[in-house]
Amino acid sequence: MASITGSVEIEVRRPRRSVVVGVLLVAWVALYFVLRGIDTLVLGGQETTALHRWLTEHRDDVGQGNVFFDAIRIAVDHFVVLLQDLISQPSFDRPVPAIGWLGVIAISAYCAWAFGNWKVAVLTAAGLGFVGLQGLWQESMDTLSLTIAAVLLSLLVAIPLGIWAGLSDRAFKVATLVLDLMQTLPTFVYLAPLTLFFAIGPAAATIATLIYAAPPAVRLTAHAIRSVPPESVEAARSLGSTRGQTLTKVLLPMSRSTVVVGINQTIMAALSMVTVAALIDAPGLGQTVLKALQTLDVGVAFNAGLAIVVIAIVLDRVTTAAGDRPWRTANRRRRLLLAAGAVAVLVAVWFSRTYVWAAEFPSTVNVGSRIAVIASDVTDWVQNVFGGFTYGVRDAVTNGLLNPLEGLLTGSPWWLVTVVVVALAFVLGGWRGAVPAAVCLGLLVATGVWQDSMVTLASTLLATVVVVAVGLALGVWAGRNRRVDTWIRPVLDAGQTMPPFVYLVPFLALFGTSRFTAIAAAVVFAVPVTTKIVADGIRAVPVATVEAANSVGSSSWQVISKVQLPVARRAITLAVNQGLIYVLSMVVVGGLVGAGALGYDVAAGFAQSELYGKGLAAGLAIVLLGVMLDRITQAAARRTENFTTRGDKR
Amino acid sequence: MTAQLEYPDIQASDALLSVQDLWKVFGPKAQRVPRRPDLAALDRTALYAKTGCTAAVRDLSFDVAPGEVFVVMGLSGSGKSTLVRCLTRLIEPTAGRLVFEGEDLRAADEKRLRALRRSKFSMVFQHFGLLPHRKVIDNVSYGLEIRGESKPDRRRRAQEVIDLVGLAGNEHLYPEQLSGGMQQRVGLARALANDPDVLLFDEPFSALDPLIRREMQTEVVRLHREVGKTMVFITHDLSEALKLGDRILLMRDGAAVQLGTGDELVGAPADDYVRQFVRDVPRADVLTLRWIVREPRPDESLDGPELGPDVLVREATRLVLESDRPVKVVDGGTLLGVIGDEEILAVVADTN
Amino acid sequence: MKKLRYAGVLTAVALALAGCGGQKVGEDKPAAAGKDCGTFNLTVSPWVGYEANAAVVSYVATKDLGCKVVKKDLKEEIAWQGFSTGEVDVNLENWGHEDLKKKYITDDKVAVEAGSTGVKGIIGWYVPPWMAAKYPDITDWKNLNKYAALFKTSESGGKGQLLDGDPSYVTNDEALVKNLSLNYKVVQSGSETALIQAFRDAEKNKKPLLAYFYEPQWFFNEVKLVKINLPAYKAGCDADPAKVACDYPPYDLDKIVSKKFADSGSPAYDLVKNFKWTNEDQNAVARMIAVDKMTPDQAAQKWVDQNQSKVNTWLGKN
Repeated sequence: MASITGSVEIEVRRPRRSVVVGVLLVAWVALYFVLRGIDTLVLGGQETTALHRWLTEHRDDVGQGNVFFDAIRIAVDHFVVLLQDLISQPSFDRPVPAIGWLGVIAISAYCAWAFGNWKVAVLTAAGLGFVGLQGLWQESMDTLSLTIAAVLLSLLVAIPLGIWAGLSDRAFKVATLVLDLMQTLPTFVYLAPLTLFFAIGPAAATIATLIYAAPPAVRLTAHAIRSVPPESVEAARSLGSTRGQTLTKVLLPMSRSTVVVGINQTIMAALSMVTVAALIDAPGLGQTVLKALQTLDVGVAFNAGLAIVVIAIVLDRVTTAAGDRPWRTANRRRRLLLAAGAVAVLVAVWFSRTYVWAAEFPSTVNVGSRIAVIASDVTDWVQNVFGGFTYGVRDAVTNGLLNPLEGLLTGSPWWLVTVVVVALAFVLGGWRGAVPAAVCLGLLVATGVWQDSMVTLASTLLATVVVVAVGLALGVWAGRNRRVDTWIRPVLDAGQTMPPFVYLVPFLALFGTSRFTAIAAAVVFAVPVTTKIVADGIRAVPVATVEAANSVGSSSWQVISKVQLPVARRAITLAVNQGLIYVLSMVVVGGLVGAGALGYDVAAGFAQSELYGKGLAAGLAIVLLGVMLDRITQAAARRTENFTTRGDKR
Repeated sequence: MTAQLEYPDIQASDALLSVQDLWKVFGPKAQRVPRRPDLAALDRTALYAKTGCTAAVRDLSFDVAPGEVFVVMGLSGSGKSTLVRCLTRLIEPTAGRLVFEGEDLRAADEKRLRALRRSKFSMVFQHFGLLPHRKVIDNVSYGLEIRGESKPDRRRRAQEVIDLVGLAGNEHLYPEQLSGGMQQRVGLARALANDPDVLLFDEPFSALDPLIRREMQTEVVRLHREVGKTMVFITHDLSEALKLGDRILLMRDGAAVQLGTGDELVGAPADDYVRQFVRDVPRADVLTLRWIVREPRPDESLDGPELGPDVLVREATRLVLESDRPVKVVDGGTLLGVIGDEEILAVVADTN
Repeated sequence: MKKLRYAGVLTAVALALAGCGGQKVGEDKPAAAGKDCGTFNLTVSPWVGYEANAAVVSYVATKDLGCKVVKKDLKEEIAWQGFSTGEVDVNLENWGHEDLKKKYITDDKVAVEAGSTGVKGIIGWYVPPWMAAKYPDITDWKNLNKYAALFKTSESGGKGQLLDGDPSYVTNDEALVKNLSLNYKVVQSGSETALIQAFRDAEKNKKPLLAYFYEPQWFFNEVKLVKINLPAYKAGCDADPAKVACDYPPYDLDKIVSKKFADSGSPAYDLVKNFKWTNEDQNAVARMIAVDKMTPDQAAQKWVDQNQSKVNTWLGKN
């Protein structure tokens, strides 16, 4: 009940802040009409600034030909090729890979069983079998090889870093900052520069994936080490453990399940990046998707996307099961069964090396082409039925909300925008919000892509508002109702792992090339993660608190608004924050469907050598927007929390 | 309660563990606080306001005799848990000396400290601090494992202590499969396994429910009798302190308020704080006749029954009340004084 | 649960029995590839016309010369970098890129030109056929302002919308709009996919659309777009990018190979050098790939079977 008092406390305070915010906004609009068009820092599509040209000229200063990078490239290349030889490409003077499909399925299912349980083992076998039936066995195995290579290398780097950040406070602070940057920096930004260091091909693709996928593992390892109960560590020290012994015998084993969650997220991130890395010749399903897009073949793209989703779900469930496995080691019976299973796996591998039927996935049943046809038909149907209606929605939203907002941001002088945003940040979050906002806006001006940044900011804000609204609604629903949750999860998983390229074509058909299309794509991408976090937060509200609220006769709505949401505040802050980062990470993809602005600048920098510097600057601008919005929301959340704690103590 | 007055005053040279002028200050530039008398004199709030530091342990000195059960008692936040961690430098003290068996502990390097922790000290924790990924027997033998003993040796030794603390039959379970009391027995066994000279207990039973707590206290008394280890026992529970402690150190805000035996604390509280603290103690269970003996009045006959000075008031009550003459308190043939009905009733009936 | 495990064991046994009759791996090994051709890396740029070139050349190289061709799907800019790292040996369709030629051919000397592909590239502004039929005078740029209102969209801020394409393509469109005083705003579609989808939708639903496009492109097989006539191109009229007021130059699409490959003496180099065909040829193969959904190899085989004489001249056989 204490939390209810708390929320009342905020409600008393809120009007005052909202009045200030309101006054600020009105003043901004008034000044906008006076100062419109002055100092708006416009920069045309092919125009560049001195900074951009300098960056372009110096792109070759490091990189190729460097012995160090070459050594890394060769090592990584060999590693990936080795994995491909094992499971996907004809190798060792044989027309088939070293291990055929039967062997791969047997090994995978066995591992799933040994580390997880028999349910996920069945899921693994079924999932991989399905991918084979889709006619995408080899592509899937290529994707899997690349993913495995990237994940293993990520963990090799991330886990030691995570341990370090877990043990040292200073390392933790630095790591948090760097990881925030790494996760908001659009992958396109470093995709092209990476090819300068590591050439094109599997090595660059693996390393790009590594950069994208390592942060969650670092974060969660550090978090896991930090949340080991201090008494266990003290107990170990009090018995005279060395630092090494404490680490290996206490900290690491006790952080296992959280580290596995980190590995899980790393795998998911790697899978989504491997498709994007197809742009620099990463083999696998990503290629299939991109190829299909050239001819607008939604069906084939969807089929390949579905394979990625299936692989993602299998890997997700297996690692989750592995994390949930209790401490107990195998009993005798299980050990016997495991041994028997190992023999069966060896037999399967032998078959897959000996007989053609077990080596090459039989192509007689091809579900894939049927899926492709159905997907195309469904898309066509949706386009025909909703086509006119969706254009209407687009125009209404664009003219009613997006254009005025964008006009205000792009039409005001840059210094006016800066003053207003910093003032807003101060009102909402105090100095902790205002200082980063001022720094970021200053740097944004320096990047030379101010106006594009404002266009992107307008779309981002709108998309985030939609994401949070939808995510809250779905999250509360799923959090309060187990059945809804089990039903909605796979859909969310699919939304999160389906490569965005796949739904670009249908979206283009429904909304045309426009900023709205980009917003819609970002919403689809960001809603799942927001929903999941909100649902988990709502579910984590103590049962007793909800019961107490019910016992005084609260209505459902009162329980939600006065108990569950306030108590889950921390989770909701996180959800808003993650929603924002996900929306920002879609900015570049949005640039491919008509969002223009920063997303287009980055994509153009990737494709045209003379725009390289501008693309890099635009990439930095996206990061700056991300950091700024992140800091303001965090600071605002912290403030609200402080008010509540004060209320609680009374 | 056994042999309360065996160690009335220990010479520093007899002490197993000697603590001198110990300080632990948390906060920025903590070292200056003990060094500067003006800062050292400030109370908690003033110190924090002035320096941003908190003194968890301030200027403590005491000695622990071999075989003694030394209890440190105080409310939460009084610094007692910090103190016990300072004793083996799990938390590094800010100033002062720690002498163990004549060796200056604060001068010991990492390696020597580890060696001491491996063989001389062991600690039992409030929330047990067990390793959930290890079976009971592997938890118990952890200390032996890290000091490099062979597997058969540590199995044998672990089994011994498991039997000793009454855990036999549970060796191959995991901590999460045991009740809280049983888990703490594992903690106890682990501490005993490497046969330390000193056992440190940090509020070991406060997370347990009352029945189990009493059972565990009895267990500690039994173990002390059987293995005779020196024990430093931290608690916030006065009855636990009185039940276990040979001597009790009462702390408040990091400083010592009173050091003495249980009956000294109850019988002669040093100040109002201690008096408040011991107010609800059933005094008859704590005080001995020594505390209530008085000079015989001239008109009294001295042919009543005789009792020793260390007999508890409660134990003497019946005899005193039934006797029609005052009871004589005699210590080794010397008459200390007499006790009549009114003295007994003052203790038994009155609660201060 | 138990039952399921037994079921698993049974399945394994059944599979084992079934397998014993199967064909063994390696029993029908394909004829050993080789001779003196070796392996070369072929970049494949992201448009179907290029893929047609790649399909036919790699089909001929593999079948007639016994080479091993490694195809790499790369954006143009990235492919040029590949010449210096050895990742790319052959580019079969290069659109201009004078700056890159200067860097990689003249300065770094890692690549050399290997002649024209025979295909003519045309860049310009296009409208869907229904518009050309309904507004015949729209194909003259002078009338574009008259129709600007038709092209207004939610993105164009009150002006007519000129939709631009993939960020890889160099355009002068912003300068053109300005210098020809057109009441239009350039809107970036961001990708070829978006452009094609927009044209498809415009033709089907009779929506107005003016967009940057290019030939040869497989999409012309589906919708025959109509080109707007901008002021005619004269040599040098596009020298200053800021002052451009004329149409795009016609491109003679050419081939670039790595220096290493050119010096290797491989017969594949002669094939690449001699490879030359027409817009019609390329469109025919592109159509088989994009519209008829044939694999590149099937499409190439079909075309080669019908055009053996052309292929023979590439191979130096007469």
